[in-house]
Amino acid sequence: MSGNSLLEVEGLKCGYGRKNHVEIVHGISFSVQIDEFVCIIGANGCGKTTTLKALMGLLPASAGEITVFGRNIAHMTEKERAKHYAYIPQAHTPPFPFVVSDVVIMGRTPYINRLARTTEHDRLVAYRALELLGICDIADKPYTKLSGGQQQLVLIARALTQQSDILIMDEPTASLDFGNQQLVLSRMRMLSKMGKAVVMVTHDPDHALFCADRVIVMDEGRVIKDGTSDDCITTEMLHHIYHTNARVVDVEVEPGRVERVCVPLL
Amino acid sequence: MAFKIPFTTKSQKEMVPGMPEAREPAPYRSTPSPGSDDYLANELLIESSKKFDKADEAIVAANLTFGSKVTFRVKIIIVTALVAVFCASFALGKYSMNPLDLLLTLWYNLVGAYDLVDPKMELVIYNIRLPRIFVVMLVGAALAMAGASFQGMFKNPLTSPDLLGASAGASLGACIALLLNMPGELVQLLAFCGGMVAVGMAVWLNRYVDYDPILGLVLAGILVSTLFSSGMSLVKFMADANDKLPTITFWLMGSFATINGEDFWRCLPAMILGFIILLTQSWKLNVLSFGDEEARAMGINTGRTRLLVIFASTLITSVSVAVAGIVGWIGLVIPHLARAIVGPNYKVLLPAAMFVGAVYLLIVDNIARLIAPVEIPIGILTAILGVPFFVIIFKRNMKGWK
Repeated sequence: MSGNSLLEVEGLKCGYGRKNHVEIVHGISFSVQIDEFVCIIGANGCGKTTTLKALMGLLPASAGEITVFGRNIAHMTEKERAKHYAYIPQAHTPPFPFVVSDVVIMGRTPYINRLARTTEHDRLVAYRALELLGICDIADKPYTKLSGGQQQLVLIARALTQQSDILIMDEPTASLDFGNQQLVLSRMRMLSKMGKAVVMVTHDPDHALFCADRVIVMDEGRVIKDGTSDDCITTEMLHHIYHTNARVVDVEVEPGRVERVCVPLL
Repeated sequence: MAFKIPFTTKSQKEMVPGMPEAREPAPYRSTPSPGSDDYLANELLIESSKKFDKADEAIVAANLTFGSKVTFRVKIIIVTALVAVFCASFALGKYSMNPLDLLLTLWYNLVGAYDLVDPKMELVIYNIRLPRIFVVMLVGAALAMAGASFQGMFKNPLTSPDLLGASAGASLGACIALLLNMPGELVQLLAFCGGMVAVGMAVWLNRYVDYDPILGLVLAGILVSTLFSSGMSLVKFMADANDKLPTITFWLMGSFATINGEDFWRCLPAMILGFIILLTQSWKLNVLSFGDEEARAMGINTGRTRLLVIFASTLITSVSVAVAGIVGWIGLVIPHLARAIVGPNYKVLLPAAMFVGAVYLLIVDNIARLIAPVEIPIGILTAILGVPFFVIIFKRNMKGWK
């Protein structure tokens, strides 16, 4: 295990059904360092989401092991796991109109005692999370009344309140408009620069280029490439995993600033 | 600042949001221009690495009213309503007593002047009206709380406490007991056991659907309900049409008419146990209503929590059906009413549902007692009143909660 490796995945196999008889992920290995922003990309059904679920211990691994700070997550309780991972799902609408502050403070779940009394410290942590994401002004609004982008920010705030080492996101931008996608991604990049490890599954290679320190490319349940975003997201690779024509090009968006983007060629 | 971290590594020391160790920001692809998001990130990073001192914390904490709170006014209104309806229920009834006589009787009993007490009135108060009022309140509170819990757990606002077959099971148990001419206590016992067995079966069947525990439970609940309802129809079919069948039918319509003090004491312990369990799970119910995976990712053992909530809800629902027959709609309507009053947070919703359920059923029971020369089965009334009530609540809530 390398020096400051936070998360180690070693030969992970997992799948669904009784005794995982439908194996989706066929033995993958990778590691995530502290402060790293890792994007997992790949075609539909290649096992990205399954990998995420296994990472968080929501799905048992049929082989291999996942360790956080050298401890196997299979031997942890839900509470311990929740202190290591926070999951940021796609924004969705719960059946009841919880107030934003109620939603955010739910992130304290792994820390509160049996009687579920929140302490001043809990409230403070939740407040800081709102403050950090710049959404204190909507703290009293019903979560269900927010726009998709705001809902996503609230879920990020909830994950921050969990004070975990790793933030895990599955397609956080899938249902957001262009502006909100940028907003959410830039906030995530900010958090990663502030010291959180982020593992994000995305469908958009541009997003990986925009925010990832490292990209893991998956294909049919295996990792086929693991490296910097510039190494992984190339014209050939996009053709290989998505079977489509797209060009990866460098664009000088303003003098002295070059960004790499994918351009689909129809 | 003393933040507790499970165990400490170099970068873990300050995992509080906004409180990382001051360190150099990672290099950017190119220097961020002012106003861009990267620039903002840089700014925030610098800002957040400044440590908050104690005074700051105190100010923030004092200004935080995190989470739903029930205002004092709402609390007063709910409690006043309960007391008022409770007192009114005492005075109202076939054996009419004016408030003065009622108070005098209670007073004489309190001070020990037993020879001044009108024995007839004492009988009505202590053996008939008081147990009935208490049981009605317990059942109203129980059904409302069970309904609210199930709605959160199944992430569905249209769930009622008999989703998993508690009512069907309890009905079958009661039908069998009535068919076999058993005494009242055994009817209650069999009804209670029927409810518990039916839900136990649903939970057991759920093991065979392992991809979605919620869907599995709902399906199993439907199956078990159907099975037990068919059993009930069979029992009704076998029952003597002149004698047993009417008894069974009336029992199923629900009534508090025959409640006595013993009934109250019999159902009290189970009710209290169920209430306590549900109230301790309120935080987890909040989290569960966001879905199984999210709840697990937030550190909840969802399997165990679900079993606990199902057990407690079924316990109080079965006891309710056993003691009063089928009283529908309370578990569906009252949670929505309570939610409209105090909001959806279970920490305040469950106690609110408890009180509102008690008040509502007490009012309906009074109507059942007084509206006609013969007492109307309460199950009919809760259903008739439930429909317009539900329409009003939903129409109001569509416009916006609170």
